[in-house]
Amino acid sequence: MNQELKQHVLKALSKNVRYDGRKCLEYRQVSVEYGISESAEGSARVKIGGTEVIAGVKVETATPYPDTPNQGNLMVNAELLPLSNPKFETGPPGEQATEVARVADRAIRESKAIDVHKLVLKPGERVWAINIDICSINDEGNLQDAATLAALAALKDARFPKLTEHGEVDYDSEKTNEKLPLAREPVEVTVIKVGEHYFVDALSDEEKAIEARLTVGVTEKGTVCAMQKGGDAPLSVDEIDKMIEIAQKLAPTLRKAL
Amino acid sequence: MKEELHAQDKSIVIPGEALATGMSFLPGPGTYREQETILAQRLGMVSVEGKVIKLVALSGKYLPKMKDKIIGRVIDVLLTGWRLDINSPYSAVMTLKDATSEFIPRGANLTQYYNLGDYVVCQIVNVTSQKLIDVSMKGPGLRKLRGGRVIEVSPFKVPRIIGKDGSMVTMIKQATGCDIVVGQNGWIWLDGEPEKEVIAVNAIKKIEVEAHLGGLTNRMSEWLEQQTGVKVQPAGGPQ
Repeated sequence: MNQELKQHVLKALSKNVRYDGRKCLEYRQVSVEYGISESAEGSARVKIGGTEVIAGVKVETATPYPDTPNQGNLMVNAELLPLSNPKFETGPPGEQATEVARVADRAIRESKAIDVHKLVLKPGERVWAINIDICSINDEGNLQDAATLAALAALKDARFPKLTEHGEVDYDSEKTNEKLPLAREPVEVTVIKVGEHYFVDALSDEEKAIEARLTVGVTEKGTVCAMQKGGDAPLSVDEIDKMIEIAQKLAPTLRKAL
Repeated sequence: MKEELHAQDKSIVIPGEALATGMSFLPGPGTYREQETILAQRLGMVSVEGKVIKLVALSGKYLPKMKDKIIGRVIDVLLTGWRLDINSPYSAVMTLKDATSEFIPRGANLTQYYNLGDYVVCQIVNVTSQKLIDVSMKGPGLRKLRGGRVIEVSPFKVPRIIGKDGSMVTMIKQATGCDIVVGQNGWIWLDGEPEKEVIAVNAIKKIEVEAHLGGLTNRMSEWLEQQTGVKVQPAGGPQ
């Protein structure tokens, strides 16, 4: 984006006007649709305005990691599909895809949203592995918040599959009615700072021009469980406090869509 | 084989739909012949003119046409010019000669005239059969676009956004006080006060959605008045 176009975005933001006419601390319309995939154990589609993300949960059995023999495995992976943005390419995940996956993972893992101790089949030998896959369908800005919300929605939708008598997963028969042990429900709110103003839910054009952003993971009790700072501009402690406050205030609006 | 016309004049057809059978019919733009049948190439409206069957496309990407005024974005600086993205499957080239009336000394740094990511209003001066496109900056209103923002609309809705003799876009300009440049390729550049710009963008989006409905000019003038409080004249363009 060239410098003059960037200045134009910043000028609008510094006058508290968004490119689509929203208020600065307002989300676009958020909607969640559950059970969009037959083959996944849990799935969801999240739309924030024109941004659309789908997530699927695959539940399988695996050997635990050597350092956590009494815990189930949790993995979050994100793929930013070329169809969602002309800038995205096929091939190994790039910087943004890695960030989206890791930051979503951080909110789910660090809030202890899934009680991994309840995912043990045989200590040290066999545990449940929860794989969350996030795919972007359309990128009109703020993929991160949409991705985390989709991951959480897919987890809420997920049911354990049946096991055969040999202890293997039987994907051919119906799923059980047992839900995943979801202890908390973290969502992420990305707060952007331009000049003296704070914004949430950036559009693509706004995202290209911003200088500092802070993604904050918030549980349903308002507890902060994850953070990620982005952009070149530094943030002071006071500014971070203010951004966290905004995230805590706005997290319920995202959670309402669940 | 029987000579037969399958599609009515002004009917909407989808790609691959048979329009006519028989060698006496001729495939016009947007159609093609397969054996004895004439088929539609795109989604669009059929127009039958005698034995010639034409198709007016209603959707799809912009296809470059001579003398179109378009908005381009610089994507490459060449040895003797610039390559532009013109929101089309093909890119355009602007040569030094067509770029500016200024004297450009040998070996000059071309990025000081147009740099990567800059937007320009230009005019298509040549389109070859191989879709090599030449554009020029020489002509009234052709210039580099500074600041502002660019939005994308369907290139097939552009005539409605411009209106008869530019009446629609003039109305939006009057109501919002924004500078607006509408490119035939579906890119629209706007610059104005942030709040007014949002109204202008919403107006353009509204026109795009309601392009097929009648009485649009009057409805837009009412809508704009309600949004901005500025009374605008619906009829007539620049005198």
